[in-house]
Amino acid sequence: MNEPTRPLPHTNEMDTREFWAATKDKELRYQQCDDCNTVVFYPRRHCMGCTSGNLTWKLSKGFGTVYTYSVVRQSYHPFFRGKVPYAVAWIELDEGPRMLSNVIEVDDPSADVQIGMKVELVWEEHEEVNIPLFRPAG
Amino acid sequence: MNQRDAAIVGIHEHQSRDVEGKVSALQIKAESAARALEDAGLSWSDVDAIYDAGDGGGMNGLTIAEYFGLKPAVIDTTNVGGSSYEFHAAHAKRDIASGKANVALLTYGSTAHSNARAIGVGGRGGGGHHPADNMDMFTGMTLVANYAMVAHRHMHEYGTTSEQLAEISIATRCHAMRNPDAVRAMEDLEFLDIRETTIDDVTNSRMIADPLHLLECCMISDGGGAVVIASPEVARNCSKSPVWILGTGEATKYPQTSADITTSAGAYSGTQAFGEAGISPAEIDIAMIYDSFSITVMVLLEDLGFCQKGEGGAWVEGGRLRFDRPGDGPALNTDGGGLSSNHPGMRGIFLLIEAARQLRGESCSQVSDAKLAVAHGNGGMLGSRHAAGTIILGRD
Ligand SMILES: [Zn+2]
Repeated sequence: MNEPTRPLPHTNEMDTREFWAATKDKELRYQQCDDCNTVVFYPRRHCMGCTSGNLTWKLSKGFGTVYTYSVVRQSYHPFFRGKVPYAVAWIELDEGPRMLSNVIEVDDPSADVQIGMKVELVWEEHEEVNIPLFRPAG
Repeated sequence: MNQRDAAIVGIHEHQSRDVEGKVSALQIKAESAARALEDAGLSWSDVDAIYDAGDGGGMNGLTIAEYFGLKPAVIDTTNVGGSSYEFHAAHAKRDIASGKANVALLTYGSTAHSNARAIGVGGRGGGGHHPADNMDMFTGMTLVANYAMVAHRHMHEYGTTSEQLAEISIATRCHAMRNPDAVRAMEDLEFLDIRETTIDDVTNSRMIADPLHLLECCMISDGGGAVVIASPEVARNCSKSPVWILGTGEATKYPQTSADITTSAGAYSGTQAFGEAGISPAEIDIAMIYDSFSITVMVLLEDLGFCQKGEGGAWVEGGRLRFDRPGDGPALNTDGGGLSSNHPGMRGIFLLIEAARQLRGESCSQVSDAKLAVAHGNGGMLGSRHAAGTIILGRD
């Protein structure tokens, strides 16, 4: 019996495949419009701020703030039900994008994760991609 | 001032919340449609417009028309989750006002409970083929956790407490206990200890996703219903008194840099709907607000303008939302809501149905002389991407 594993992204999804490809090099990337500077996230092929398609991939330094979070105590998913309780959070990256992730490396997520706390990127390694998770900034 | 150019003239809510796999979602739709048409004193042949959330598969607008045996002039398969039926009502009013249709039929059917579809607690598995899904799915965020993140931020910014959120659960349970269909639903779904609840009952119930407790989460039932909306000419000759659609609003919201998660798309749809109706929230007798979770109602009471943003916690205290407290705010979800009566996945149609019951004087928790109601559907997920549909209803 194989251990259940974390659900992983499709690496061939047309808008996000470059994002996931960059994770192989442990790079957290987001897009910005050359013409109007709009930050585009999740990744797309078009700018939502103007009609330009001139988007440049930028590299996040991987630091951010917990905008809000929850501690999941019940899940029916074969992988996640073995992980409860775990923290899911909206992370506001210092560069602007707000991304959904987990806050890990805490003893008690209810007590140790707080809104406004500073977090830093930590990669969970997989074969095809690496998964961007966060831990309290140290 | 509002135009009385379309009215709800027929309603039906499927009674059973547990069909034990013996009835299909399509059959629930058709049966509900027939009962709602009878309620209006109309028949299939009167219907010239159908509205369906397209949850029946490919080419659903075509297949549902054939299934009903209709050749409608208008087909609308807008699907914005649980708010689809408020969008449909808005579109029906527009289509009737423009002369494209006279009798609009909205239907919903679901066997979510029989399918044991874990809509409330399932982590989405595997990668998503939509780019947004493909960015989120690795986190194990459950539906409850999505809403719980709104609750946490609301608590953080405004000092809202679990006890205040619990007020929403106990008000809807109070109303559910007066509704025989809701009581039977809770029995069929094997709720433990079916009775009116207290704040302590809610805050002592099991935590599902911090800070939301079990009794702050909707049930997962089977069910369905239908609503018939007609032109003034048709409405005049229907069996029941018309419930006019006085104003409508539609809006969407999704995650963006610096977006305030404690304000929903309802702030925009509500402003549109109240503006079109030419009335203020203070005039509303009945608030049918999508109670997927306690926090959904808290945020929406603020967004719809019953109180200021951030003041919802104090505003709901002391049982203010109960049906027997008229005069200091609207009665909330007098059918028992999604928390305690009926939630087969997309309960927006029940908001229209119970609002119409109240304005006809037919509710189990009737507010005496109820004149104005709001039905507000929230579809998708409050803490990320969601749609908001607001419908203002009034009687003659
Ligand atoms: Zn641009």
